[in-house]
Amino acid sequence: MTDPVRAASDDRTLVRIRGLTTVLNGKTVFDALDLDIPRGKVTAIMGPSGTGKTTLLKHITGQMRGDAGEVRVDGHNVPELSRLQLFELRERIGYLFQNSALLTDFDVFENVAFPLRQHTRLPEELIRNIVLTKLQSVGLRGAARLMPSELSGGMARRVALARAIVFDPMLILYDEPFVGLDPIALNQVLKLIRTLNETLGITSVLVAHELEAIKQVADHIYLIANGKVVAQGDPATIAADGSPWTRQFFGGEADGPVPFQYPAGDYATALGFAEQRA
Amino acid sequence: MSARPMRNPLLQALAQIGGCGLFLLTLLAAIPRSFKHFRETVRQLWFVGAMSLVIIMVCGLFVGLVLALQLYYVLQIFGGTAASGMVVALAIYRELGPVVTALLFAGRAGTSITAEIGLMRATDQIAAMEMMAVDPVAYVGTPRFLAGLIAMPLLCCVFCAMGILGGHLVGVTWLGIDNGTFWSNMTAAVNLHTDIVNGILLKSLAFGAAVSLIAVYQGFTTPPTSEGVAYATTRTVVASSIAILALDFVLTAFLM
Ligand SMILES: Nc1ncnc2c1ncn2[C@@H]1O[C@H](COP(=O)(O)OP(=O)(O)OP(=O)(O)O)[C@@H](O)[C@H]1O
Ligand SMILES: [Mg+2]
Repeated sequence: MTDPVRAASDDRTLVRIRGLTTVLNGKTVFDALDLDIPRGKVTAIMGPSGTGKTTLLKHITGQMRGDAGEVRVDGHNVPELSRLQLFELRERIGYLFQNSALLTDFDVFENVAFPLRQHTRLPEELIRNIVLTKLQSVGLRGAARLMPSELSGGMARRVALARAIVFDPMLILYDEPFVGLDPIALNQVLKLIRTLNETLGITSVLVAHELEAIKQVADHIYLIANGKVVAQGDPATIAADGSPWTRQFFGGEADGPVPFQYPAGDYATALGFAEQRA
Repeated sequence: MSARPMRNPLLQALAQIGGCGLFLLTLLAAIPRSFKHFRETVRQLWFVGAMSLVIIMVCGLFVGLVLALQLYYVLQIFGGTAASGMVVALAIYRELGPVVTALLFAGRAGTSITAEIGLMRATDQIAAMEMMAVDPVAYVGTPRFLAGLIAMPLLCCVFCAMGILGGHLVGVTWLGIDNGTFWSNMTAAVNLHTDIVNGILLKSLAFGAAVSLIAVYQGFTTPPTSEGVAYATTRTVVASSIAILALDFVLTAFLM
Protein backbone atom coordinates (compact mmCIF):
# COMPACT_ATOMS: atom_id res chain seq x y z
CA MET A 1 0.00 0.00 0.00
CA THR A 2 1.48 3.35 -0.93
CA ASP A 3 0.67 6.41 1.06
CA PRO A 4 0.53 9.25 -1.49
CA VAL A 5 1.80 11.79 1.05
CA ARG A 6 4.66 9.55 2.06
CA ALA A 7 5.51 8.91 -1.58
CA ALA A 8 5.50 12.61 -2.34
CA SER A 9 8.25 13.18 0.18
CA ASP A 10 11.70 12.35 -1.07
CA ASP A 11 12.95 9.14 0.52
CA ARG A 12 16.26 10.73 1.28
CA THR A 13 14.71 13.68 3.09
CA LEU A 14 13.35 13.10 6.58
CA VAL A 15 12.30 16.66 7.37
CA ARG A 16 11.14 18.94 4.61
CA ILE A 17 10.19 22.52 5.43
CA ARG A 18 8.60 24.66 2.74
CA GLY A 19 7.59 28.31 2.98
CA LEU A 20 7.45 28.31 6.75
CA THR A 21 6.39 31.72 8.00
CA THR A 22 6.05 32.49 11.68
CA VAL A 23 5.32 35.78 13.37
CA LEU A 24 5.74 35.96 17.16
CA ASN A 25 4.70 39.11 18.99
CA GLY A 26 4.92 41.10 15.75
CA LYS A 27 8.44 39.85 15.01
CA THR A 28 8.87 37.78 11.84
CA VAL A 29 10.91 34.84 13.08
CA PHE A 30 10.66 32.81 9.86
CA ASP A 31 10.10 34.39 6.50
CA ALA A 32 9.17 31.71 3.95
CA LEU A 33 11.89 29.40 5.20
CA ASP A 34 12.83 26.36 3.08
CA LEU A 35 15.00 23.68 4.64
CA ASP A 36 15.63 19.96 4.11
CA ILE A 37 17.11 17.55 6.59
CA PRO A 38 18.54 14.47 4.91
CA ARG A 39 17.82 11.02 6.30
CA GLY A 40 20.65 9.30 8.15
CA LYS A 41 22.89 12.36 8.23
CA VAL A 42 24.02 14.83 10.87
CA THR A 43 22.73 18.28 10.06
CA ALA A 44 23.83 21.35 11.98
CA ILE A 45 21.76 24.49 12.26
CA MET A 46 23.65 27.62 13.19
CA GLY A 47 22.76 31.24 13.47
CA PRO A 48 22.92 34.20 15.77
CA SER A 49 21.21 34.03 19.14
CA GLY A 50 17.52 34.74 18.86
CA THR A 51 17.12 33.88 15.17
CA GLY A 52 14.75 31.06 15.96
CA LYS A 53 16.78 27.88 16.04
CA THR A 54 14.95 26.59 19.11
CA THR A 55 11.71 27.76 17.56
CA LEU A 56 12.54 25.78 14.42
CA LEU A 57 12.99 22.59 16.44
CA LYS A 58 9.67 23.29 18.14
CA HIS A 59 8.01 23.51 14.74
CA ILE A 60 9.51 20.18 13.71
CA THR A 61 8.09 18.49 16.81
CA GLY A 62 4.75 20.26 16.67
CA GLN A 63 5.19 22.14 19.95
CA MET A 64 4.59 25.29 17.93
CA ARG A 65 2.74 25.97 14.70
CA GLY A 66 3.72 28.44 12.03
CA ASP A 67 1.36 30.94 10.43
CA ALA A 68 1.94 29.50 6.96
CA GLY A 69 3.91 26.84 5.16
CA GLU A 70 4.42 23.17 5.76
CA VAL A 71 6.69 21.09 7.94
CA ARG A 72 6.86 17.48 6.80
CA VAL A 73 8.49 14.91 9.05
CA ASP A 74 8.73 11.45 7.52
CA GLY A 75 5.96 12.45 5.14
CA HIS A 76 3.52 13.74 7.75
CA ASN A 77 2.59 17.41 7.69
CA VAL A 78 3.14 18.22 11.38
CA PRO A 79 0.77 21.20 11.75
CA GLU A 80 -2.12 19.05 10.50
CA LEU A 81 -1.56 16.05 12.76
CA SER A 82 -4.05 15.28 15.50
CA ARG A 83 -2.74 15.13 19.04
CA LEU A 84 -2.68 11.36 18.96
CA GLN A 85 -0.78 11.22 15.68
CA LEU A 86 1.59 13.85 16.99
CA PHE A 87 2.29 11.69 20.03
CA GLU A 88 2.93 8.68 17.79
CA LEU A 89 5.40 10.74 15.81
CA ARG A 90 7.10 12.05 18.94
CA GLU A 91 7.69 8.54 20.21
CA ARG A 92 10.13 8.27 17.34
CA ILE A 93 11.84 11.61 18.00
CA GLY A 94 14.40 12.31 20.71
CA TYR A 95 14.62 15.91 21.87
CA LEU A 96 17.35 17.48 23.95
CA PHE A 97 15.98 20.61 25.60
CA GLN A 98 18.15 23.70 25.72
CA ASN A 99 17.75 23.72 29.52
CA SER A 100 17.83 19.93 30.11
CA ALA A 101 14.27 19.80 31.55
CA LEU A 102 14.86 16.76 33.77
CA LEU A 103 11.94 15.64 35.93
CA THR A 104 12.88 16.84 39.40
CA ASP A 105 10.79 14.17 41.17
CA PHE A 106 12.93 11.33 39.86
CA ASP A 107 16.61 10.46 40.13
CA VAL A 108 18.92 10.22 37.14
CA PHE A 109 18.16 6.55 36.49
CA GLU A 110 14.39 7.04 36.55
CA ASN A 111 14.67 10.12 34.35
CA VAL A 112 16.40 8.12 31.65
CA ALA A 113 14.05 5.18 32.17
CA PHE A 114 10.96 7.40 32.01
CA PRO A 115 10.25 7.09 28.25
CA LEU A 116 10.77 3.32 28.41
CA ARG A 117 8.44 2.90 31.35
CA GLN A 118 5.77 5.06 29.71
CA HIS A 119 5.75 3.40 26.32
CA THR A 120 6.95 -0.17 26.78
CA ARG A 121 6.35 -3.11 29.07
CA LEU A 122 9.93 -4.30 29.11
CA PRO A 123 11.09 -6.43 32.03
CA GLU A 124 12.85 -4.48 34.76
CA GLU A 125 16.18 -6.16 34.06
CA LEU A 126 16.16 -5.07 30.42
CA ILE A 127 15.21 -1.50 31.33
CA ARG A 128 18.08 -1.49 33.79
CA ASN A 129 20.53 -2.64 31.16
CA ILE A 130 19.37 -0.15 28.54
CA VAL A 131 19.47 2.76 30.98
CA LEU A 132 22.89 1.86 32.34
CA THR A 133 24.27 1.49 28.80
CA LYS A 134 23.01 4.93 27.87
CA LEU A 135 24.34 6.44 31.08
CA GLN A 136 27.70 4.77 30.50
CA SER A 137 27.86 6.32 27.03
CA VAL A 138 27.56 9.81 28.53
CA GLY A 139 29.94 8.92 31.37
CA LEU A 140 27.38 9.08 34.18
CA ARG A 141 26.65 5.47 35.10
CA GLY A 142 28.01 6.21 38.57
CA ALA A 143 25.58 9.10 39.00
CA ALA A 144 22.49 6.93 38.42
CA ARG A 145 21.10 7.47 41.90
CA LEU A 146 21.67 11.23 42.16
CA MET A 147 18.71 13.60 42.03
CA PRO A 148 18.63 16.30 39.29
CA SER A 149 19.21 19.00 41.92
CA GLU A 150 22.51 17.33 42.81
CA LEU A 151 23.90 17.56 39.25
CA SER A 152 26.03 20.26 37.71
CA GLY A 153 24.75 21.96 34.55
CA GLY A 154 26.98 19.89 32.29
CA MET A 155 25.99 16.65 34.01
CA ALA A 156 22.29 17.49 33.71
CA ARG A 157 22.85 18.13 30.01
CA ARG A 158 24.38 14.69 29.56
CA VAL A 159 21.56 13.00 31.49
CA ALA A 160 19.09 14.78 29.26
CA LEU A 161 21.08 13.52 26.30
CA ALA A 162 20.93 9.96 27.59
CA ARG A 163 17.16 10.34 28.00
CA ALA A 164 16.76 11.69 24.47
CA ILE A 165 18.52 8.67 22.96
CA VAL A 166 17.13 5.95 25.22
CA PHE A 167 14.59 4.86 22.61
CA ASP A 168 17.09 4.86 19.70
CA PRO A 169 14.68 7.14 17.84
CA MET A 170 14.66 7.77 14.10
CA LEU A 171 15.40 11.46 14.60
CA ILE A 172 17.22 13.24 17.40
CA LEU A 173 17.05 16.99 17.83
CA TYR A 174 19.84 18.40 19.97
CA ASP A 175 19.34 21.96 21.18
CA GLU A 176 22.82 23.14 22.14
CA PRO A 177 24.25 19.82 23.34
CA PHE A 178 27.76 21.20 23.94
CA VAL A 179 26.92 24.00 26.36
CA GLY A 180 28.67 23.58 29.70
CA LEU A 181 30.71 20.53 28.67
CA ASP A 182 34.43 20.31 29.40
CA PRO A 183 36.69 19.28 26.48
CA ILE A 184 36.67 15.61 27.51
CA ALA A 185 32.90 15.38 27.84
CA LEU A 186 32.53 17.35 24.63
CA ASN A 187 34.65 14.85 22.77
CA GLN A 188 32.64 11.98 24.22
CA VAL A 189 29.37 13.58 23.19
CA LEU A 190 30.71 14.23 19.70
CA LYS A 191 31.72 10.60 19.43
CA LEU A 192 28.33 9.54 20.73
CA ILE A 193 26.48 11.58 18.13
CA ARG A 194 28.67 10.11 15.39
CA THR A 195 28.27 6.57 16.68
CA LEU A 196 24.50 6.83 16.92
CA ASN A 197 24.47 8.14 13.40
CA GLU A 198 26.83 5.57 11.93
CA THR A 199 25.74 2.41 13.75
CA LEU A 200 21.99 2.99 13.99
CA GLY A 201 21.56 5.38 11.09
CA ILE A 202 19.82 7.90 13.31
CA THR A 203 19.20 11.26 11.70
CA SER A 204 20.54 14.03 13.90
CA VAL A 205 19.85 17.73 13.95
CA LEU A 206 22.29 19.80 15.93
CA VAL A 207 21.73 23.35 17.02
CA ALA A 208 25.03 24.68 18.30
CA HIS A 209 27.43 27.58 18.22
CA GLU A 210 30.70 25.65 18.44
CA LEU A 211 31.99 25.67 14.86
CA GLU A 212 35.03 23.51 15.58
CA ALA A 213 32.89 20.79 17.17
CA ILE A 214 30.32 20.97 14.42
CA LYS A 215 32.97 20.61 11.72
CA GLN A 216 33.86 17.25 13.23
CA VAL A 217 30.38 15.72 13.17
CA ALA A 218 28.13 17.54 10.76
CA ASP A 219 27.56 16.40 7.21
CA HIS A 220 25.65 19.54 6.34
CA ILE A 221 25.41 22.99 7.89
CA TYR A 222 22.60 25.51 7.59
CA LEU A 223 23.20 29.10 8.59
CA ILE A 224 19.96 30.87 9.45
CA ALA A 225 19.57 34.63 9.83
CA ASN A 226 16.68 37.03 9.42
CA GLY A 227 14.21 34.17 9.10
CA LYS A 228 15.89 32.61 6.08
CA VAL A 229 18.64 30.18 5.23
CA VAL A 230 21.50 32.47 4.25
CA ALA A 231 24.16 29.85 3.65
CA GLN A 232 24.41 26.07 3.52
CA GLY A 233 26.75 23.31 2.55
CA ASP A 234 29.14 20.76 4.01
CA PRO A 235 31.58 22.08 6.61
CA ALA A 236 34.44 22.53 4.15
CA THR A 237 32.31 24.42 1.64
CA ILE A 238 30.78 26.68 4.22
CA ALA A 239 34.12 27.53 5.78
CA ALA A 240 35.60 28.37 2.39
CA ASP A 241 32.45 30.17 1.27
CA GLY A 242 33.27 33.84 0.90
CA SER A 243 29.72 35.20 1.29
CA PRO A 244 29.36 38.18 3.63
CA TRP A 245 27.05 36.11 5.88
CA THR A 246 29.50 33.34 6.59
CA ARG A 247 32.48 35.67 6.74
CA GLN A 248 30.80 37.80 9.34
CA PHE A 249 29.21 35.00 11.37
CA PHE A 250 32.25 32.78 11.64
CA GLY A 251 34.58 35.78 11.88
CA GLY A 252 32.53 37.08 14.79
CA GLU A 253 32.23 40.65 13.54
CA ALA A 254 29.48 42.85 14.92
CA ASP A 255 28.89 44.69 11.67
CA GLY A 256 27.65 43.00 8.53
CA PRO A 257 24.47 41.50 7.17
CA VAL A 258 23.86 39.38 10.32
CA PRO A 259 22.29 41.66 12.92
CA PHE A 260 23.83 41.52 16.40
CA GLN A 261 21.18 43.84 17.86
CA TYR A 262 17.62 42.73 18.46
CA PRO A 263 15.48 45.04 16.27
CA ALA A 264 15.14 48.38 18.08
CA GLY A 265 14.66 52.08 17.52
CA ASP A 266 17.47 54.57 17.18
CA TYR A 267 20.07 54.12 19.94
CA ALA A 268 20.73 57.83 20.45
CA THR A 269 17.02 58.59 20.74
CA ALA A 270 16.59 55.82 23.31
CA LEU A 271 19.34 57.33 25.45
CA GLY A 272 17.85 60.78 25.05
CA PHE A 273 20.78 62.23 23.09
CA ALA A 274 18.95 62.79 19.84
CA GLU A 275 18.16 66.47 20.44
CA GLN A 276 21.68 67.38 21.51
CA ARG A 277 23.10 65.74 18.41
CA ALA A 278 20.71 67.53 16.08
CA MET B 1 -1.11 37.06 19.05
CA SER B 2 -3.01 36.53 22.28
CA ALA B 3 -6.34 38.16 22.96
CA ARG B 4 -6.47 41.64 24.43
CA PRO B 5 -5.92 41.34 28.18
CA MET B 6 -9.15 41.78 30.10
CA ARG B 7 -9.27 44.67 32.52
CA ASN B 8 -12.76 44.09 33.86
CA PRO B 9 -12.39 41.93 37.00
CA LEU B 10 -15.92 40.58 36.65
CA LEU B 11 -15.20 39.36 33.12
CA GLN B 12 -11.90 37.98 34.31
CA ALA B 13 -13.59 36.00 37.07
CA LEU B 14 -16.20 34.69 34.64
CA ALA B 15 -13.48 33.69 32.18
CA GLN B 16 -11.67 31.83 34.96
CA ILE B 17 -14.83 29.97 35.94
CA GLY B 18 -15.50 29.07 32.31
CA GLY B 19 -11.92 27.96 31.81
CA CYS B 20 -12.11 25.90 34.97
CA GLY B 21 -15.28 24.18 33.75
CA LEU B 22 -13.71 23.29 30.41
CA PHE B 23 -10.60 22.09 32.17
CA LEU B 24 -12.74 19.79 34.32
CA LEU B 25 -13.95 18.11 31.13
CA THR B 26 -10.33 17.68 29.99
CA LEU B 27 -9.41 16.16 33.34
CA LEU B 28 -12.37 13.79 33.29
CA ALA B 29 -11.70 12.80 29.69
CA ALA B 30 -8.14 11.91 30.69
CA ILE B 31 -9.27 9.51 33.45
CA PRO B 32 -9.14 6.38 31.25
CA ARG B 33 -5.66 7.30 30.04
CA SER B 34 -4.52 8.07 33.59
CA PHE B 35 -5.21 4.46 34.64
CA LYS B 36 -1.92 3.76 32.90
CA HIS B 37 -0.31 5.99 35.51
CA PHE B 38 -2.02 4.30 38.44
CA ARG B 39 1.18 4.35 40.49
CA GLU B 40 1.36 8.09 40.04
CA THR B 41 -2.17 8.44 41.45
CA VAL B 42 -1.20 6.37 44.47
CA ARG B 43 1.93 8.48 44.96
CA GLN B 44 -0.17 11.67 44.85
CA LEU B 45 -2.67 10.16 47.25
CA TRP B 46 0.22 9.74 49.65
CA PHE B 47 1.33 13.35 49.16
CA VAL B 48 -2.03 15.07 49.44
CA GLY B 49 -3.70 12.58 51.79
CA ALA B 50 -1.27 10.94 54.15
CA MET B 51 0.93 14.02 54.40
CA SER B 52 -2.07 16.15 55.42
CA LEU B 53 -3.03 13.78 58.24
CA VAL B 54 -1.17 15.51 61.05
CA ILE B 55 -2.56 18.98 60.45
CA ILE B 56 -6.08 17.56 59.99
CA MET B 57 -5.87 15.55 63.23
CA VAL B 58 -4.50 18.42 65.31
CA CYS B 59 -7.03 20.90 63.98
CA GLY B 60 -9.89 18.43 64.38
CA LEU B 61 -8.94 17.87 68.00
CA PHE B 62 -8.83 21.59 68.78
CA VAL B 63 -12.12 22.29 67.03
CA GLY B 64 -13.75 19.56 69.15
CA LEU B 65 -12.19 20.88 72.34
CA VAL B 66 -13.29 24.45 71.81
CA LEU B 67 -16.73 23.49 70.55
CA ALA B 68 -17.50 21.41 73.64
CA LEU B 69 -16.28 24.20 75.89
CA GLN B 70 -18.45 26.83 74.22
CA LEU B 71 -21.49 24.54 74.14
CA TYR B 72 -21.12 23.59 77.77
CA TYR B 73 -21.14 27.27 78.65
CA VAL B 74 -24.27 27.99 76.63
CA LEU B 75 -26.13 24.79 77.49
CA GLN B 76 -25.64 25.08 81.22
CA ILE B 77 -27.78 28.27 81.12
CA PHE B 78 -30.69 26.02 80.20
CA GLY B 79 -29.49 23.13 82.30
CA GLY B 80 -28.98 21.08 79.16
CA THR B 81 -25.30 20.16 79.36
CA ALA B 82 -26.21 16.52 78.78
CA ALA B 83 -26.92 17.41 75.17
CA SER B 84 -23.41 18.70 74.45
CA GLY B 85 -22.19 15.40 72.98
CA MET B 86 -25.07 15.40 70.55
CA VAL B 87 -24.61 19.03 69.50
CA VAL B 88 -20.86 18.65 69.09
CA ALA B 89 -21.45 15.66 66.81
CA LEU B 90 -24.12 17.33 64.71
CA ALA B 91 -22.14 20.54 64.27
CA ILE B 92 -19.04 18.66 63.26
CA TYR B 93 -20.69 16.12 60.95
CA ARG B 94 -22.93 18.57 59.18
CA GLU B 95 -20.77 21.69 58.90
CA LEU B 96 -17.44 22.04 60.62
CA GLY B 97 -15.94 18.71 59.56
CA PRO B 98 -16.30 19.03 55.81
CA VAL B 99 -15.80 22.81 55.67
CA VAL B 100 -12.78 23.12 57.93
CA THR B 101 -11.15 20.02 56.43
CA ALA B 102 -11.62 21.47 52.95
CA LEU B 103 -10.20 24.85 53.95
CA LEU B 104 -7.18 23.18 55.54
CA PHE B 105 -6.83 20.92 52.53
CA ALA B 106 -6.81 23.91 50.20
CA GLY B 107 -4.07 25.53 52.24
CA ARG B 108 -1.98 22.42 52.73
CA ALA B 109 -2.42 20.35 49.55
CA GLY B 110 -4.04 22.73 47.05
CA THR B 111 -1.23 25.26 47.21
CA SER B 112 1.46 22.62 46.85
CA ILE B 113 -0.29 21.13 43.81
CA THR B 114 -0.52 24.54 42.13
CA ALA B 115 3.06 25.51 42.93
CA GLU B 116 4.39 22.13 41.83
CA ILE B 117 2.65 22.15 38.46
CA GLY B 118 3.52 25.82 37.89
CA LEU B 119 7.19 25.14 38.57
CA MET B 120 7.14 22.05 36.37
CA ARG B 121 5.96 24.29 33.56
CA ALA B 122 8.52 26.98 34.34
CA THR B 123 11.33 24.41 34.11
CA ASP B 124 10.04 22.86 30.87
CA GLN B 125 9.23 19.55 32.57
CA ILE B 126 5.70 19.61 31.19
CA ALA B 127 7.05 20.41 27.72
CA ALA B 128 9.52 17.53 28.12
CA MET B 129 6.64 15.14 28.88
CA GLU B 130 4.81 16.38 25.80
CA MET B 131 7.96 15.69 23.80
CA MET B 132 8.23 12.18 25.22
CA ALA B 133 4.66 11.61 24.06
CA VAL B 134 3.32 11.50 27.61
CA ASP B 135 0.10 13.47 28.06
CA PRO B 136 0.75 15.90 30.95
CA VAL B 137 -2.95 16.14 31.79
CA ALA B 138 -3.22 12.38 32.16
CA TYR B 139 0.12 12.04 33.93
CA VAL B 140 0.22 15.16 36.12
CA GLY B 141 -3.30 16.62 36.23
CA THR B 142 -5.76 13.77 36.59
CA PRO B 143 -3.78 11.79 39.22
CA ARG B 144 -3.69 14.87 41.47
CA PHE B 145 -7.36 15.58 40.87
CA LEU B 146 -8.36 12.00 41.68
CA ALA B 147 -6.08 11.94 44.71
CA GLY B 148 -7.78 15.06 46.06
CA LEU B 149 -11.20 13.58 45.37
CA ILE B 150 -10.36 10.37 47.25
CA ALA B 151 -8.42 11.97 50.08
CA MET B 152 -11.00 14.56 51.10
CA PRO B 153 -13.75 12.26 52.46
CA LEU B 154 -11.13 10.17 54.27
CA LEU B 155 -9.47 13.20 55.81
CA CYS B 156 -12.90 14.52 56.76
CA CYS B 157 -13.67 11.28 58.62
CA VAL B 158 -10.42 11.59 60.52
CA PHE B 159 -11.18 15.21 61.32
CA CYS B 160 -14.65 14.31 62.62
CA ALA B 161 -13.32 11.45 64.75
CA MET B 162 -10.72 13.73 66.30
CA GLY B 163 -13.38 16.41 66.85
CA ILE B 164 -15.62 14.00 68.73
CA LEU B 165 -12.63 12.86 70.74
CA GLY B 166 -11.89 16.49 71.64
CA GLY B 167 -15.51 17.04 72.63
CA HIS B 168 -15.38 13.95 74.79
CA LEU B 169 -12.17 15.08 76.48
CA VAL B 170 -13.63 18.43 77.47
CA GLY B 171 -17.21 17.33 78.14
CA VAL B 172 -16.67 14.04 79.94
CA THR B 173 -13.12 13.98 81.22
CA TRP B 174 -12.84 17.62 82.22
CA LEU B 175 -16.34 19.01 82.87
CA GLY B 176 -17.83 15.81 84.18
CA ILE B 177 -20.76 15.05 81.87
CA ASP B 178 -21.79 11.43 82.31
CA ASN B 179 -20.03 9.22 79.78
CA GLY B 180 -23.12 7.14 78.97
CA THR B 181 -25.29 10.23 78.50
CA PHE B 182 -22.71 11.78 76.19
CA TRP B 183 -22.64 8.80 73.83
CA SER B 184 -26.29 7.76 73.96
CA ASN B 185 -27.57 11.27 73.27
CA MET B 186 -25.20 11.42 70.33
CA THR B 187 -26.19 8.09 68.82
CA ALA B 188 -29.87 8.90 69.25
CA ALA B 189 -29.61 12.24 67.45
CA VAL B 190 -27.27 11.47 64.57
CA ASN B 191 -29.01 10.26 61.43
CA LEU B 192 -26.99 8.12 59.06
CA HIS B 193 -28.48 9.59 55.89
CA THR B 194 -28.81 13.31 56.58
CA ASP B 195 -25.78 13.73 58.81
CA ILE B 196 -23.18 11.19 57.78
CA VAL B 197 -23.88 10.54 54.10
CA ASN B 198 -25.03 14.03 53.14
CA GLY B 199 -22.74 15.78 55.56
CA ILE B 200 -19.43 14.02 55.60
CA LEU B 201 -19.52 12.09 52.38
CA LEU B 202 -21.33 14.27 49.87
CA LYS B 203 -20.05 17.60 51.02
CA SER B 204 -16.45 16.53 51.28
CA LEU B 205 -16.60 14.85 47.87
CA ALA B 206 -17.88 18.09 46.38
CA PHE B 207 -15.29 20.16 48.22
CA GLY B 208 -12.50 17.77 47.30
CA ALA B 209 -13.46 17.99 43.64
CA ALA B 210 -13.63 21.78 43.78
CA VAL B 211 -10.34 22.31 45.59
CA SER B 212 -8.29 19.90 43.52
CA LEU B 213 -9.84 21.14 40.28
CA ILE B 214 -8.98 24.73 41.16
CA ALA B 215 -5.45 23.80 42.27
CA VAL B 216 -4.65 21.80 39.14
CA TYR B 217 -6.27 24.38 36.86
CA GLN B 218 -4.30 27.25 38.38
CA GLY B 219 -1.09 25.29 38.03
CA PHE B 220 -1.70 24.50 34.38
CA THR B 221 -2.82 27.97 33.31
CA THR B 222 -0.60 30.39 35.21
CA PRO B 223 2.24 32.10 33.32
CA PRO B 224 5.28 29.86 33.92
CA THR B 225 7.32 32.42 35.86
CA SER B 226 8.17 32.91 39.55
CA GLU B 227 5.65 35.72 39.75
CA GLY B 228 2.98 33.70 37.94
CA VAL B 229 3.42 30.75 40.30
CA ALA B 230 3.22 33.02 43.34
CA TYR B 231 -0.02 34.58 42.10
CA ALA B 232 -1.49 31.23 41.18
CA THR B 233 -0.83 29.83 44.66
CA THR B 234 -2.66 32.76 46.22
CA ARG B 235 -5.51 32.45 43.75
CA THR B 236 -5.86 28.75 44.61
CA VAL B 237 -6.47 29.56 48.27
CA VAL B 238 -8.80 32.47 47.57
CA ALA B 239 -10.84 30.72 44.89
CA SER B 240 -10.98 27.45 46.86
CA SER B 241 -12.20 29.18 50.02
CA ILE B 242 -14.95 31.00 48.16
CA ALA B 243 -15.91 27.86 46.27
CA ILE B 244 -16.05 25.79 49.47
CA LEU B 245 -18.27 28.23 51.37
CA ALA B 246 -20.55 28.91 48.43
CA LEU B 247 -20.93 25.20 47.65
CA ASP B 248 -21.57 24.57 51.33
CA PHE B 249 -24.50 26.95 51.32
CA VAL B 250 -25.97 25.47 48.15
CA LEU B 251 -25.56 21.88 49.31
CA THR B 252 -26.99 22.62 52.75
CA ALA B 253 -29.99 24.39 51.24
CA PHE B 254 -30.78 21.55 48.85
CA LEU B 255 -29.87 18.48 50.84
CA MET B 256 -30.84 19.08 54.43
N1 LIG C 1 6.85 32.02 23.12
C1 LIG C 1 7.35 33.09 22.45
N2 LIG C 1 6.60 34.19 22.32
C2 LIG C 1 7.07 35.25 21.64
N3 LIG C 1 8.27 35.32 21.06
C3 LIG C 1 9.07 34.25 21.17
C4 LIG C 1 8.65 33.07 21.88
N4 LIG C 1 9.63 32.17 21.81
C5 LIG C 1 10.62 32.75 21.12
N5 LIG C 1 10.29 34.00 20.73
C6 LIG C 1 11.11 34.91 19.92
O1 LIG C 1 11.53 34.18 18.81
C7 LIG C 1 12.88 34.47 18.50
C8 LIG C 1 13.66 33.18 18.38
O2 LIG C 1 13.81 32.56 19.63
P1 LIG C 1 14.61 31.20 19.79
O3 LIG C 1 14.52 30.79 21.19
O4 LIG C 1 14.11 30.23 18.78
O5 LIG C 1 16.09 31.66 19.42
P2 LIG C 1 17.39 30.78 19.25
O6 LIG C 1 17.81 30.90 17.85
O7 LIG C 1 17.17 29.41 19.78
O8 LIG C 1 18.44 31.57 20.16
P3 LIG C 1 19.59 30.99 21.14
O9 LIG C 1 20.74 30.66 20.27
O10 LIG C 1 19.89 32.16 22.01
O11 LIG C 1 19.03 29.83 21.86
C9 LIG C 1 13.38 35.40 19.58
O12 LIG C 1 13.47 36.68 19.02
C10 LIG C 1 12.35 35.38 20.66
O13 LIG C 1 12.20 36.67 21.19
MG1 LIG D 1 17.76 28.38 21.43
